Amino acid sequence: MRPRLLMGAMVGATLIAGGTLLAQDAPRLRGPEPFTREQPAPAMQRPVTNDLRVRRNYPDQPPVIPHAIEGYALDLNANKCMSCHARRFTEQSQAPMISVTHYQDREGNTLGGLAPRRYACLACHVPQTEARPLVENRFTDMDALTEPERHPGSRSNR
Amino acid sequence: MELSRRDLMKAQAAAAAAAAANVALPAEAQNIPLGEELRLKWDKAPCRFCGTGCGVMVGVKDGRVVATHGDMRAEVNRGLNCVKGYFLSKIMYGADRLTQPLMRMRNGRFDKEGALQPVSWDRAFDTMAAHWKKMLREKGPDAVGMFGSGQWTMFEGYAASKLMRAGFRSNNLDPNARHCMASAAVTFIRTFGSDEPMGCYDDFEHADAFVLWGSNMAEMHPILWTRITDRRLSAEHVRIHTLSTYEHRTTDLSDAAVIFKPGSDLAILNYIANHIIRSGAVNREFVERHVNFRLANTDIGYGLRPDHTLELRAQHANDAGVSHPADFDAYAKLVGEYTLDRAHELSGVPKPQLEALARLYADPKTKVMSLWTMGFNQHVRGVWANHMVYNIHLLTGKISEPGNSPFSLTGQPSACGTAREVGCFGHRLPADMQVTNPGHRKLVEEIWKLPPGLLPSKVGFHAVQQDRMLKDGKLNAYWIMCNNNLQTAPNTNNETYPGYRNPANLIVCSDAYPTVTAMAADIVLPTAMWVEKEGAYGNAERRTQFWHQLVDAPGEARSDLWQLMEFSKRFTTDEVWSSEILAKAPEYRGKTLFDVLFRNGQVDAFPLSDLDPAYGNHEAKHFGFYVHKGIWEEYIRCGNGHGHDYAPFDTYHEVRGLRWPVVDGKETRWRYREGYDPYVEKGTGLQFYGNPDKKANLIGAPYEPPAESPDQDYDLWLVTGRVLEHWHSGSMTLRVPELYKAFPGAILFMHPEDAQRRGLRRGQEVRIVSRRGEIRSRVETRGRNRMPRGTVFVPFFDASQLINKVTLDATDPISKQTDFKKCAVKVVAAMAPAGPTPASMPDPRAGLR
Repeated sequence: MRPRLLMGAMVGATLIAGGTLLAQDAPRLRGPEPFTREQPAPAMQRPVTNDLRVRRNYPDQPPVIPHAIEGYALDLNANKCMSCHARRFTEQSQAPMISVTHYQDREGNTLGGLAPRRYACLACHVPQTEARPLVENRFTDMDALTEPERHPGSRSNR
Repeated sequence: MELSRRDLMKAQAAAAAAAAANVALPAEAQNIPLGEELRLKWDKAPCRFCGTGCGVMVGVKDGRVVATHGDMRAEVNRGLNCVKGYFLSKIMYGADRLTQPLMRMRNGRFDKEGALQPVSWDRAFDTMAAHWKKMLREKGPDAVGMFGSGQWTMFEGYAASKLMRAGFRSNNLDPNARHCMASAAVTFIRTFGSDEPMGCYDDFEHADAFVLWGSNMAEMHPILWTRITDRRLSAEHVRIHTLSTYEHRTTDLSDAAVIFKPGSDLAILNYIANHIIRSGAVNREFVERHVNFRLANTDIGYGLRPDHTLELRAQHANDAGVSHPADFDAYAKLVGEYTLDRAHELSGVPKPQLEALARLYADPKTKVMSLWTMGFNQHVRGVWANHMVYNIHLLTGKISEPGNSPFSLTGQPSACGTAREVGCFGHRLPADMQVTNPGHRKLVEEIWKLPPGLLPSKVGFHAVQQDRMLKDGKLNAYWIMCNNNLQTAPNTNNETYPGYRNPANLIVCSDAYPTVTAMAADIVLPTAMWVEKEGAYGNAERRTQFWHQLVDAPGEARSDLWQLMEFSKRFTTDEVWSSEILAKAPEYRGKTLFDVLFRNGQVDAFPLSDLDPAYGNHEAKHFGFYVHKGIWEEYIRCGNGHGHDYAPFDTYHEVRGLRWPVVDGKETRWRYREGYDPYVEKGTGLQFYGNPDKKANLIGAPYEPPAESPDQDYDLWLVTGRVLEHWHSGSMTLRVPELYKAFPGAILFMHPEDAQRRGLRRGQEVRIVSRRGEIRSRVETRGRNRMPRGTVFVPFFDASQLINKVTLDATDPISKQTDFKKCAVKVVAAMAPAGPTPASMPDPRAGLR
């Protein structure tokens, strides 16, 4: 495997205040130094397939997809996601049922099935790879602000 | 009692959770905060990303954004966001936010060859002002320039326009929107005499058919796509035809995926017009009453440097925008050449698909909404492509009524509001006015309370021209705000980067994060973003949306508005205006640009007491007056009463946006149509009142080939673009871990057989090489984009794979917008055995540095 480069070292003499850069494969944020240098392309990342639920950053964040979706049909004839996440299949699949918000149409009426406006699942729900974040994100969970003593350092940076 | 009931619920919930997890909770931990106890403060804001303009509710606690969700009350999106929008909460919190100005220094002094080091705002501005003054003195206004943004707030764009045009007397102000929708904007003016769509998003619920021209809405306008799929899946008769140069998520959900050869959309459009004429589907009455026929100059070149062979060879490279009066028969003759056979031959599209598409437009009972963005606009014949789709809608009269709607989408949140309406292009003033029109300049001078003759009439350098002029040493003082042009401009190694490092030039970049552009600049200014400032954006359906400052910017980061106004204090009129002007208007002598542009009795007319005490407002408090309100009330005088009316400032903080023209408090959904648009005279039914004769110009043009096509040496078409998860150059979205992990780097989408023929396997490292430069990437033969043989796609968000080193700086000669969708490349294994250009060969462009 190609050795990982430390971004901080690559930026070298350039001083940037305040940033915590993490180990990474390529200068994806700031470009090569110097600009004209050609950069090797890191290997493609493996998808996360551990099926573990990931805590949401806030209630309305669409949950990320903890499994592979390669080859899933999502067209006018079929929606593969619904073959596990539709209400009627969740007992066999043990997958979470689509949110009740997904039964509401644009006018706010609740329907019996998936609302057509929610059909394109991947507009909001995305799979994850094993890529490590390029830079720490200092977003703070609202619970950490509400009860900081019980969430020491609870910053989402993953 | 309410409190005790809540306490009970909390205790029960915690105990239940503990029981389920089989753990004992400490007594004080048995406390699950209920919604109201979190005390989040919720406010509205438009999304920071694309031109859709979704409403977002932003939850703030302790001065931090802690949650966001789709605004149920926002008409655009009614509670939905796309994945980027749902992660807005995290875009401001990347740990490498810029929090203090940086300047290239050596031995404690500014040195272009030095390293970026922290300095004070004063020191950064002093260094800038000294260089600006020197250049204005020695070379005049042409030597200063600014590259702005369709992501600027309308206030920021307005302040920039005043500073550049009235302050420095230079029109060298252009927005990154030039790369994005100049072709659309220019064609609106040429056709209707007024920019921006006649229809609106309400058309989505009224159309019977949607035709997407080179637009992958499922990824690039996901929320508008939910409105189309909603319509398609709710009404059985509705159909979607998507034209594209490859298959993608939008074609997956379309009834017809029409895959054409790059550039041949022009032939398809003319074939449809021909079909309409031949089949007798022309709406004669409409055409006679509302349409003028014109024919465009042809053989117009490719917007390359004037000494390029292709420009020297072109007959009308210098008068590309000229068109001539014609009649229906002349136009019919022109499009008559585009028979089904010819269209099929040029495009490679099966004939039944072409016929089905043409019938859709020809059928008077089918309401058609045509949609396009970069496929049309980033096109060496982008203006013609825009014309051709209007031509079809005008021939059939399918325009300006619910569901019949040629609709140009935009890529940036305020491409319409700021770049177009406020007027941040080198050729534009507010409210569709033009710098070359003496009457327009005079009106703006009056509204801005400036001496007559002050505003320059010379059209400023457009985006690509700015890069060329920087490289050639003619543009020397350059401020880049709110964009990442070194990553997103075309042919960057040869045409952009050399100008940034040209020793004659001072390059300033204002950004929130250290982007590729910031890292190549000489001075980097830390910038407040999104809800760290009060703002206004205008979306693709003419909807103007305001938001309040909801949190403070980190460290010394300041908004672009603050930066522009504060910088203006460093210049007096004597330093930047001619003695001629000052002799005619001596009362302006000795005043600062801040005084004459912003303390003019209008921009400073509203006191701090007008601020809503519930919100911060850094600019107002710093300058001592409600800057945003003053700018707004001055700005709207440019368009009110002329078909560009807005509501008063305070209204917009109350509503979820209004679509202009806003007359008597009412927004306009369909322009030019009686009953919807108050500017249409009674009894006329329809008036394209942007033009003096109140008619639209139908301008005919032929198919002409792209600037560069694949050949033996470079045998593939390269198309560049975006992916759903990342917005533009990724400076915000790459810093959100969930978005980064969803799509962690650029890849090369390629047909499996194209890969196989080159001995490449999925995941293999390759070099993508053009005549301009090369990058390395990895081959992807599966996934969301399915390429036809002969065409590859690479997204441009990844700064480690700068695909714009490979692209060609050819533009539409009329709109000056770059064609990022068509150039010739070859793809070879990165570790290929000895070949014509092995990886170990020296960089042929080394001499350019």
